[in-house]
Amino acid sequence: MPHLLSASDLPLPQMLLRIRAWEEKRARGRDSRQGLLEQALPFRAEGSVALLFYEPSTRTRAAFEQAVVALGLHPLVITAESASVQKGETLADTVRTLCAQGVVGVVLRHPEAGAAHAAARVSSVPVLNAGDGAHEHPTQAMLDLYTLWVHFGMPDPASHWLAGRKVAIVGDIAHSRVARSNLILLTRVGAEVWLCAPPNLLPAATLPGATLTPCLQEALQNADVVMALRLQRERMEQGLLPSLNAYRRDYQINAQRLACARPDCVVMHPGPLNRGVEISDEVADSARSLILKQVHAGLATRCACLEYALSPHPESGAV
Amino acid sequence: MADYLLRGGRVLDPAQGLDVHADLRIRAGRIAEIAPQLAPEAGETVIDCAGCWIAPGLVDIHVHLREPGQSHKETLQTGGEAAITGGFTSICCMPNTEPPLDSPALVRELLQRAERESPCRVYVVAALTQGMRGEQLCDYEALKRAGAVACSDDAFPVQSVAVMRCAMRACAAVGLPVLTHCEETVLTAGASMHEGEVSVRLGLRGMPSSAEAIQIARNALLALETGCHLHIQHLSTAMGLELIRFFRRQGASVTTEVTPHHLLLTHHACEGFDTNAKMNPPLRTPADVDALSEGLILGDIDCIATDHAPHARFEKEQPFGLAPFGIVGLETALGCVLQWNADRGEPLSPLELIARLSTRPAQILGLPAGTLRTGAPADVVVIDPEVRWQVDPTQFRSMGKNSPFTGWTLRGKARYTFIGGVKVSGE
Repeated sequence: MPHLLSASDLPLPQMLLRIRAWEEKRARGRDSRQGLLEQALPFRAEGSVALLFYEPSTRTRAAFEQAVVALGLHPLVITAESASVQKGETLADTVRTLCAQGVVGVVLRHPEAGAAHAAARVSSVPVLNAGDGAHEHPTQAMLDLYTLWVHFGMPDPASHWLAGRKVAIVGDIAHSRVARSNLILLTRVGAEVWLCAPPNLLPAATLPGATLTPCLQEALQNADVVMALRLQRERMEQGLLPSLNAYRRDYQINAQRLACARPDCVVMHPGPLNRGVEISDEVADSARSLILKQVHAGLATRCACLEYALSPHPESGAV
Repeated sequence: MADYLLRGGRVLDPAQGLDVHADLRIRAGRIAEIAPQLAPEAGETVIDCAGCWIAPGLVDIHVHLREPGQSHKETLQTGGEAAITGGFTSICCMPNTEPPLDSPALVRELLQRAERESPCRVYVVAALTQGMRGEQLCDYEALKRAGAVACSDDAFPVQSVAVMRCAMRACAAVGLPVLTHCEETVLTAGASMHEGEVSVRLGLRGMPSSAEAIQIARNALLALETGCHLHIQHLSTAMGLELIRFFRRQGASVTTEVTPHHLLLTHHACEGFDTNAKMNPPLRTPADVDALSEGLILGDIDCIATDHAPHARFEKEQPFGLAPFGIVGLETALGCVLQWNADRGEPLSPLELIARLSTRPAQILGLPAGTLRTGAPADVVVIDPEVRWQVDPTQFRSMGKNSPFTGWTLRGKARYTFIGGVKVSGE
């Protein structure tokens, strides 16, 4: 069963093309005022997809919910406030129950790393990880990669099309599932990835394929792409950072700090933004910002991911 | 009571330095004689032990039997059955039960129940502080009189150095060893595995090696000052072992144990979020495993203990960070240790292995076990050291099926277990 638990489960070239196809369908659909539902689907879709959200989410949940509808399926949204969770039902039993009720897929957002793996172990249908603790957020990384692919002119998706490009991911790396999933995808297409954070927000050990640094200047030097990550205010309370001001001074992505990056460097952010903290207004809203393109790609990416995971004829593993 | 003649085995008794091919006679529940070619006597059951080791029953000084209060995980009966199946004849249960074993009445009651319900001999390790809360001392004199063989707050290590110092002074005065799980918990809050490349990749909060080393150093310093005997439980780090060596040279009375899983597995076992690889202390790095192996070979690590920690399936199938710590070990320990010895090129002789699995742990806590001396109660295990077998938790006697060795092929198994001359395990 093609569970989608990690970015390493994604068959990359194929996914980029599938997302592109969904984007095109979406554009055509708008032109002809037809819903996505009328577009030919590669499989006969029926049934419900459970969207299990144990953690608050706006864009991921909205995009998945829209995507489920676009595929002609019914979204069954269950949040942590719902009855069974409040009554102390375990995640495993919730998943077993949903499977017994006949859902065709489970999309899971959970505050614990490995929750999607735990769900997959007891699930009889594909599980899609929509973010598990500080572990991974594969569909976010997929939409980020797609956004970059379009930005760089849709090169041969099977090639190492980011070879020779430097990507700097800046922010709370230690607690970021977005950084982990992005690192996996970016290195697969040949990018040079730098992870930059204050010393106590850097991982305690190295991550495969990444260069770790506490020095923003070093990370941004000649960068082609800069991804800023959201800073949680609770990191200050945990004593990991001296102050918000010190973070702003040393790690905020603003025009001045970007001066050492390549002139055509683009800036990304998985959202939601803390404007004026990890990213300045002017950069977030500048021409080099891909932030709204990322959000836009979210729907087609979730459509493609669901279609891939729920297809009755799963393509052979990741490429 | 049936009498037995165990015939033609390799008789191993570290307490007497004995390693001979001989027969062993069990009469009236005691070791009667050991000699080559003993003639069977009338009414004796003769057991052919060719190719097997005949050794004192194994002793595990670190077991969680979960009673009272957590009988959905294990009971005195199932835990005892797991022990005798694994070749153990004496086990020490930890006090982290509900309620914790912090009073003489609770210790006495558990010992009485174990007498009736457990097929294995059970000794009780009482709590070091009331409620295992790390604040108030227990009445050690009374606990000792009730039968406790040592004190420990095991899974809830005392964080206050002042409380720890007082507890060790008081235990030294009554002659109770203090067993410690060494973990500076401010460094491990919310963590569920070793801090390193694997935890970083999995996005799990990690326990740094320093969290163990800091408390080993602290407790060993206090052992030096107070004269208390300190036994470091389930050692997991190379640095911790170096510290124990250092403090021994300073004259501290410190012993230590290692679990089979810390000899065979690294933090890589947590890949894929396998909660059967979640234990505390966590599985560490290959360098730690090598250092612990060397420590056991040299004798700097005194003994093997399992930290047998059964949990129900519903508990272990939670997401990694929410699942409880611990794995079962009684039924795989012997196979794991013999497999480890084979993997490492047989650095330990059979006699040295039995010392670490039986004689030495019994000595550390002063248990009347770990020897085949004539006249001693016949707690004996017959081990087939060569048999290869596959670990299948559905066959475990323990209620806990949470083993990271599921599907492994191990070498060596207990064939018969005798307690006080009664054959309690084996066909």
